[in-house]
Amino acid sequence: MSVQPASSPKQPPSLWARILDSDILASFLRSKVTMVAAVIVLVLFIGAAFSPWIAPTNPFDPATVFLADANIPPAWQDGGDPKFILGTDDQGRDLYSAILYGLRVSLIVGLLGVALAATIGITLGLLAGYLGGRVDSLIMRIADVQLTFPAILIALLIDGVVRGIFKGANREDTALYVLVISIGLSFWVQYARTIRGSTLVERNKDYVQAARLVGLPAPLIMLRHVLPNVIGPVLVILTINLALAVITEATLSFLGVGLPPTQPSLGTLISIGNRYLFSGDWWIVTFPGVTLAILVLAVNLLGDWLRDALNPRLR
Amino acid sequence: MLAYILRSLMQGLVVMIAVAFIAFSMFRFVGDPVVNMLGQEATLQDRAELTERLGLNDPVPLQFARFVADAAQGDFGISYRQGRKVSSLILERLPATVELAVLSAIFAFVVGIAFGVYAAIRRDGWIANLVMSISLIGVSLPTFLIGIGLIYIFAVELRWLPSFGRGDTVKIGWWTTGLLTVSGLKSLVLPVLTLGFLQLTLIMRLVRSEMLEVMRADFIRFARARGIPERKIEFRHALRNTMIPVITIAGVQLGGVIAFAIVTETVFQWPGLGALFVNAVQFVDVPVMSAYLLFVAFVFVLTSLLVDIVYVALDPRLRGSALVPAK
Amino acid sequence: MKPRNLALAAALFGVSVLALGAAEAKPVKWASAGDALTIDPHGQNEGLTTTVNQHMYESLTERDHAGKLHPLLASSWKVLPDDPTTWEFKLQEGVKFHDGTPFTADDVVFSYERAMQPTSDFKGYLTSVEKVSKVDDLTVRIKTKGPNPLLVNNTSAIRILSKAWAEKNNATKAQDFKNKEENYAVRNANGTGPFILVSREADVKTVMKRNDNYWAKAKVPLEITELTYVPIKQDATRIAALLSGEVDLVQDVPVQDIARLKSQPKVRVTTGPENRTIFFGMDVASKDLKGDNVEGKNPFADKRVRQAMNAALNRSAIQRVVMRGESIPTGVILPPFANGWTKELDAAPATDVAKAKALLTEAGYPNGFSVTLHCPNDRYINDEGICQAAVGMFGQIGVKVNLVSQSKSIHFNLIQKNPPETEFYLVGWGVPTFDSDYVFSYMYHSRTGSQGSWNATGYADKDVDAQIQSLSKEIDIAKRDATIAQIWAKMKDETIYLPIHHQTLSYGMNSTLDVPVDVQNQPKLKMVSFKGS
Repeated sequence: MSVQPASSPKQPPSLWARILDSDILASFLRSKVTMVAAVIVLVLFIGAAFSPWIAPTNPFDPATVFLADANIPPAWQDGGDPKFILGTDDQGRDLYSAILYGLRVSLIVGLLGVALAATIGITLGLLAGYLGGRVDSLIMRIADVQLTFPAILIALLIDGVVRGIFKGANREDTALYVLVISIGLSFWVQYARTIRGSTLVERNKDYVQAARLVGLPAPLIMLRHVLPNVIGPVLVILTINLALAVITEATLSFLGVGLPPTQPSLGTLISIGNRYLFSGDWWIVTFPGVTLAILVLAVNLLGDWLRDALNPRLR
Repeated sequence: MLAYILRSLMQGLVVMIAVAFIAFSMFRFVGDPVVNMLGQEATLQDRAELTERLGLNDPVPLQFARFVADAAQGDFGISYRQGRKVSSLILERLPATVELAVLSAIFAFVVGIAFGVYAAIRRDGWIANLVMSISLIGVSLPTFLIGIGLIYIFAVELRWLPSFGRGDTVKIGWWTTGLLTVSGLKSLVLPVLTLGFLQLTLIMRLVRSEMLEVMRADFIRFARARGIPERKIEFRHALRNTMIPVITIAGVQLGGVIAFAIVTETVFQWPGLGALFVNAVQFVDVPVMSAYLLFVAFVFVLTSLLVDIVYVALDPRLRGSALVPAK
Repeated sequence: MKPRNLALAAALFGVSVLALGAAEAKPVKWASAGDALTIDPHGQNEGLTTTVNQHMYESLTERDHAGKLHPLLASSWKVLPDDPTTWEFKLQEGVKFHDGTPFTADDVVFSYERAMQPTSDFKGYLTSVEKVSKVDDLTVRIKTKGPNPLLVNNTSAIRILSKAWAEKNNATKAQDFKNKEENYAVRNANGTGPFILVSREADVKTVMKRNDNYWAKAKVPLEITELTYVPIKQDATRIAALLSGEVDLVQDVPVQDIARLKSQPKVRVTTGPENRTIFFGMDVASKDLKGDNVEGKNPFADKRVRQAMNAALNRSAIQRVVMRGESIPTGVILPPFANGWTKELDAAPATDVAKAKALLTEAGYPNGFSVTLHCPNDRYINDEGICQAAVGMFGQIGVKVNLVSQSKSIHFNLIQKNPPETEFYLVGWGVPTFDSDYVFSYMYHSRTGSQGSWNATGYADKDVDAQIQSLSKEIDIAKRDATIAQIWAKMKDETIYLPIHHQTLSYGMNSTLDVPVDVQNQPKLKMVSFKGS
């Protein structure tokens, strides 16, 4: 049995309808800042995705890295080497290549982590809001437990558990998953709470009641009818969280539970460079830091714009 | 209302026990405390003996039961690292973290709301845009980098402010405060800025967008139509309605404050609970780790209860849905 | 001349002290990354704990910054001529504890017995001791289970506390972590040392004031009026505190910051070798390594593979780049101060990639193999950097190394587990007794009983074990030294460890101070005298 959503009474316009209706393109083109941010994000994503082809060297291959090249300043400084445009780090890696590769690692961690968080959060939020009662309070209590564990601790514990389970496993292989799971587990609550809140409101609306009366199974109602109407705010959280995830990854690296220095992410590069702040080798922390800041800034700007654009009352 | 509070408290207790258990069953993976507790000359036999004496060979559920039984009587054992009572360690460190967290929360709230309102009222003004842009830096750089940057500028180059620690503290009962001495206050500045910056940015952006939304609501138009002065509308009507989501989010953000306090305390050698915890993790000081997590869980249960109450008090419409289970 | 007299003289002659550039007694703030874990003198046998405690508690003997043994609370000692198992110590006269009670043989006997209790972390130094007894108020005898020609070397580690004080405060044993109550001695002190505890806040600061009645004050400058120890965990923050003048002495300057600090006019940096050698260990005994890609064989069991790895290491590159010149590359895992060290042993093999490849081919691994290396990242100076650099060097002979670097509390556990859970690891070893025996019994003796607890290589050779055991009983020093040389010659050839370097320490300080690097990394601040700046 199938019922067209459009035939439900008073169904609000779907998300896509709202996006189209909101003249999103026009609003995008109107904001120069947003366009610049979008271009930056695009460039960084492409740079990250194609880093193995763009980067002059492979900083993850120890056989091609020579210790003798360590701590060379950027090419335009005294003692610089044109082979290394942005200089080299403490292990002799070309910083430009390391940043490209690191960006890729950071983005993978960020995207997967946020995707995991959103999946968990949206599912639990929908269930809590739609079913209510015991399920609701159980899920929300789990959320409370979850909030008790700072991301750092989650990472530490998961790191330990993974090591315990896969004895002798290579840290280079596991660290990525540890980070993704940690970020996923520490960020889902926000989605769950947001979705639950809007689901509580939507649940009592006529179109949901109608669908229920028709006898549609609950999962279908949640997915087909409720979800599209509550997903809007999630998009905004997604973008902002992507930025936050990249920063969290950097912080975890600073505390020693991030990616190993043999396969550095942007965060690992920054925490390595951090050690050289007072020694005069400023470039090791500055370039990865600036890259990270630009990435996060641009993503946040996009998030801002998306929030305003999706909110019809703000136009 | 009372029944609701009682039920929340019961649930809170369950939450705390769950936290303790999850934490407890994972500690064994963090490392082996015995390695740190014995000097390098210790023999294999010494290690085996100490492991046995500490009860680390017992099954986890038994260790956990023992921990809960002792904890219920307020006894968290002796720190493996420092040989001191964990409860007194936590009490000793509590003031430093509370002062840091509360001050940075106040800083984030006051400045965040002020800037947020301003940015909303002067939506297109260049100052508003400037403030918004600067605020983005707050979320674009990791906390530790901001902290070390501040140390470099204000402690090393300008020498205006200390780079680490709490400065001189005054004891009032068992509480120690840095608020009553000049060096204590100076020591607070950089950590509070570092910890508060991220929260400030989030609150400011939230206030701005909520305010913009509220200002377009019907009742504001009504108020305008009735000729109520713009200032009064903005601050009396709009701001109040903006506060509900802000308070909710602020409650949620507490997790962020605690997580980032760990980083801030590490960077500034701030003698608070976060630093205690980081050291405990490194040393695999199981009693301190358990007690810290339990404490954090307690704070959470308490604040989420408070937020719920405030929330309901501010918005009577929510009473029905929040308190009465659906169906 | 004591500074106070100097100041007086300056005042008499109407000259400003400052104008003379003369220094005066001053307080000093001293920092490093960790904190003393306890101030109980027998609670934790850990470097920094001992370093802080030695300013309050003293031992029968002490080692100076170069590692040489001197009398302290004991004025002289000898092995009884008619009984090679008994040592006799004559104690200093006129020594008083901080609370004013006189120091006697009773306190020594009590302290040694306390250090031998199961809850003490220092019992390892005294395993050969059978009984400690008082002869008269200023004479103590230590009877050992068999002849122990080197017992006196261990006495510098055992600190003496007041018997009456410990008994009064119920602190006759070191902290038992199973107890529910805190031991009084964890936060209170009563020793004979040059500084008296004023206050202690763990992880915040430990404040000590000068002991104006210090018994040996005629022998040492003792110019610091108040000594405050502060732990600052983050390297950057600690260096910032030194640069801003908030602390006067930093005990662990990261190597990359030395150049910058040296360029500052008001900062002095001293460097010197530590009593600690850094090296890799390999599992040479297992039938098959779990972490490698060679099935049914253990490449490390073949001496040629180990020699190839040894030849692949470019120690001077590690020294130059990773350590910024601050290390001493070596070919032996014994620091230069220890008995048994020779220049020949210390010579490191030349880096020779071609030879290493040839050796690998000869051993049947022309294309190399892959293996997992475990490394600590918070224990030794740039430990993770060393491992990373080595990964690249092994990579150049075709040995693909997967690096796993983690916190010391996990890392050391892998090594100490029985059987060990690592097949290739980085470790550092110091020799507090300044004798080769210490290295042999922990690193080369097979893992049996109380011996070989740090030997995770699985190396076991009955003859070597017997030779090592003979060392602790041999009274004829010349014969003993010959055995040591024999063992080293064999061990150097076996190459179960790949020595990297002797660690070098760097202290950063306010230029009015000049604290030399202590080989045990336990700077003795009673020796500080201020310089005009």
